[in-house]
Amino acid sequence: MTWASMNLMPVLPELWLLCATCAIMLVDLFVSDKRRDVTYILSLLALLVTAVLTMYGFSNAPRHAFTNMFVADPMSDVLKVGMYVGVALMFVYSRAYAAVRGIYKGELFTLSLFALIGMMVMASSSNFVTLYIGLELLSLSLYALVALQRGSRSSTEAAMKYFILGALASGMLLYGISMIYGATGSLDLVTVARKVANGANHTLLVFGLVFIITGIGFKLGNVPFHMWLPDVYDGSPTAITLLIGSVPKLAAFAFVMRILVVGLHGLHVDWQGMLIVLAILSIGIGNVVAIAQSNLKRMLAYSTISHMGFLLLGILSGTTNGYAASMFYAIVYAFTATASFGMILLLSREGFESDRLADFKGLAHRSPWFAFMMLFVMFSMAGIPVFSGFFAKFAVLKSIVDVNLTWLAVIAVLFSLIGAFYYLRVVKLMFMDEPLDTTPIQVNVDMKLILSVNCVGILLLGLMPERLLQLCVDSVRLSVGLM
Amino acid sequence: MSEHLLSLAIWVPIVAGLLVLATGGDRNAGLARILALVGAGLGLLVTLPLYTQFSVLHGGAQFVEMQPWIEAFNINYHIGVDGLSMFFVILNAFTTLLVVIAGWEVIKERVAQYMAAFLIMSGLINGAFASMDAMLFYVFFEAMLIPLYLIVGIWGGQNRVYAAIKLFLYTLMGSLLLLVSFIYLYFKSGKSFEISDFQHLALPLAVQGYLMIAFFFAFAVKVPMFPVHTWLPDAHVEAPTGGSMVLAAITLKLGAYGFLRFALPIAPDGAREWGWIIIALSLVAVVYIGLVALVQKDMKKLVAYSSISHMGFATLGFYMFTKGAPTMMGVEGALIQMISHGFVSAAMFFCIGVMYDRVHSRKIADYGGVANTMPKFAAFFLLFSMANSGLPATSGFVGEFMVIVGAVKVNFWYAFAAASTLIFGAAYTLWMYKRVIFGAVANHHVADLKDVNAREFAVLAVLAVCVLGMGLYPEAFSARLHASVDTLITHVGQSKLP
Repeated sequence: MTWASMNLMPVLPELWLLCATCAIMLVDLFVSDKRRDVTYILSLLALLVTAVLTMYGFSNAPRHAFTNMFVADPMSDVLKVGMYVGVALMFVYSRAYAAVRGIYKGELFTLSLFALIGMMVMASSSNFVTLYIGLELLSLSLYALVALQRGSRSSTEAAMKYFILGALASGMLLYGISMIYGATGSLDLVTVARKVANGANHTLLVFGLVFIITGIGFKLGNVPFHMWLPDVYDGSPTAITLLIGSVPKLAAFAFVMRILVVGLHGLHVDWQGMLIVLAILSIGIGNVVAIAQSNLKRMLAYSTISHMGFLLLGILSGTTNGYAASMFYAIVYAFTATASFGMILLLSREGFESDRLADFKGLAHRSPWFAFMMLFVMFSMAGIPVFSGFFAKFAVLKSIVDVNLTWLAVIAVLFSLIGAFYYLRVVKLMFMDEPLDTTPIQVNVDMKLILSVNCVGILLLGLMPERLLQLCVDSVRLSVGLM
Repeated sequence: MSEHLLSLAIWVPIVAGLLVLATGGDRNAGLARILALVGAGLGLLVTLPLYTQFSVLHGGAQFVEMQPWIEAFNINYHIGVDGLSMFFVILNAFTTLLVVIAGWEVIKERVAQYMAAFLIMSGLINGAFASMDAMLFYVFFEAMLIPLYLIVGIWGGQNRVYAAIKLFLYTLMGSLLLLVSFIYLYFKSGKSFEISDFQHLALPLAVQGYLMIAFFFAFAVKVPMFPVHTWLPDAHVEAPTGGSMVLAAITLKLGAYGFLRFALPIAPDGAREWGWIIIALSLVAVVYIGLVALVQKDMKKLVAYSSISHMGFATLGFYMFTKGAPTMMGVEGALIQMISHGFVSAAMFFCIGVMYDRVHSRKIADYGGVANTMPKFAAFFLLFSMANSGLPATSGFVGEFMVIVGAVKVNFWYAFAAASTLIFGAAYTLWMYKRVIFGAVANHHVADLKDVNAREFAVLAVLAVCVLGMGLYPEAFSARLHASVDTLITHVGQSKLP
């Protein structure tokens, strides 16, 4: 293959963002602490251009690059646009927070953007090697981000935990991949799928599959591989928790889709059973343990665990509609999570994290508008109509009833009833208790505005879910439905 | 305009509620009140043509509107009312107006939010009654919980938070199972959420059994039926007056309506097979809960238990036919009973609210001799107490009488147990009335009481007219029920087994 025959167009957004990030890193060297906003603006601009490039290159047919190791298809494009928006929201929400905590530095932006590149690669890989590279780029950037607040003990501890457990998970995943490679002789997902269909060594494949599912379980935070999640959510600076808790879920969804659906769809019967166990445990334990939390970040961590269980429900159904439902779930969840952590950032100020449940007491007296915004977020997470979280839950439940797993749907809804309690409790604290702290909310107008748009968007998406749902169905069908 | 009447009934209160909310803090409380009054008044006005333009000969849905909402799931904005639901839409708009007036000067904190919550809830409840699409129904049915939760939790009494959370979780438990059943039926009926498609679906007996369990949890909790009724006394006691009025007059009806719209027509064979369970639970509610009401020390709790007992009549009326020849008497009587209970219970809770606003106690023991200081009020309260115990010529009598007559045809002992309510109902209501209103002036609080003001008088008078009017001329209501009840009875009379 010659240089001329290499088509780099499909990789253009990734390449551009990589160059832009490196440029931002250089520019930042010459920017004084006072004028850090330059880096901030440049990062947002870089994201904007990446989004334009992705949308410009959008096409219904998958486009391959690097000898089929990389694929840009509608599913990855939609997810990538979601990721850009999520990262941009994180920059906006965390500006004031980071500034008073001494982490408003070039590293915050460049590491976040590198993490984003990792996620984009994950979403677009069609080879185990690229998948792994993307995953590691994401994870290593996140480890560093968690430890960004160098003086903080809890951050350092969280980073260590995250790193050790993450490395263990990566090891598991690699071991599983090596088994699959042993059985099929290929790392290319499409080739693997063909070999599986033609009858490769089933025992070896399932052996590898177990390790791959373990790795996936770690990354998604599914029970029983969830131990790292509450500690990392709690220990990280809230701005970083926002990043960890939102957009990587989109990448993780793509990651699961690429491995299980594109690569190992032939083993659907095997992985369906494993995912059912993970899903039930996650929804159950996540929801029950969340009740016992007094720290909002920990509560949201357990709530994430249960949401990731719901996400698996759609995937394990093994139908195109189920995948689309999970994709919708992932997108809705990611933006509900940005809003929920955004609310914590909104209330925090110098020397005050505002991450305890009690800090939300009486918010309706201090700021009725944001109390209502948080109410939207909580009811959406609890899956109450008409918020978008309801249609997300509805879509995944529908997809499992479709494959005659009605009993699983019943279990899932009963646990989500338990989950409703702790979301209700937050609403109760905001509306039915007296405030402990009457300091007015002091953040910039841009953050207030964008956070409001984020929260109202959760409501509007619930009133008009049609477009996004259709987009998910179409993109999944065009990307993996043909297999 | 007239083809969008129902949409107006749903959206006028919601938009008015949002406008009220936009008036902001308590500095603009006056504006919020006036806006709320206008909104509720308009909301009632747009529902009135539903009554006048209703065709009595037509058993199916009227005022139908159909718009695709979420095509990916085949969910439509499909609304319409028949005889079963039309009255509840009007009753709801009517009660909302009363609630706005009832809370006029009583609510002093967060007025805009209070009024807005009621208006929005009113629109959502209308939506649930008018839905012809199961998912649309579900969305309204659930979303309604949010304002209700806030109303009880923010403006309620001492133990309000406990009551609010209990109310929310109890009702959510039922509705989540409902969701799964709807999704199941969606696939069975060839990917449609139309309620009428569900109703015409042939289902094996076992499946009808599962569906009945799900429907039972969803709707029995709302009705509420024994033994899932325990949230209601807590919620009522802690809710503000307006909250209690809406809870008793409307939201309970939504549960009973669910039985009529979903449980009976979708699982008629299940109803024939297991209907006796519902009948038994209804009779337990009528007799046992009636006795429980007798020993209450708190007036609101007493009326709450009496609501459960009265709603037992509704479910009894619905399921009675399963044990005998299909007859319209039971179902029609039950519907009349529900409408009447809407007026009477709202009135009872309002009366208790009037006293509570002055004395700040709901305990029967804190009153006595109120008639001496509040003669006008005592007269109204007497009328509503009589209606609550089913005195002829009040609305309370008609429904109970029809259900009992229907029950005699089916089984004497059903009728016997049901008729005991005439004794217990009179006993607990009138005994409470005697202790509160008659006798010597009990304490200085009662001695200082002022009689009802013009605002309260207006509410009481309107309710009194409704109670008496319905008792004297029930035909005005039953004529519009006939065709729809007939359609329903014919439908459930046929077996749906495959």
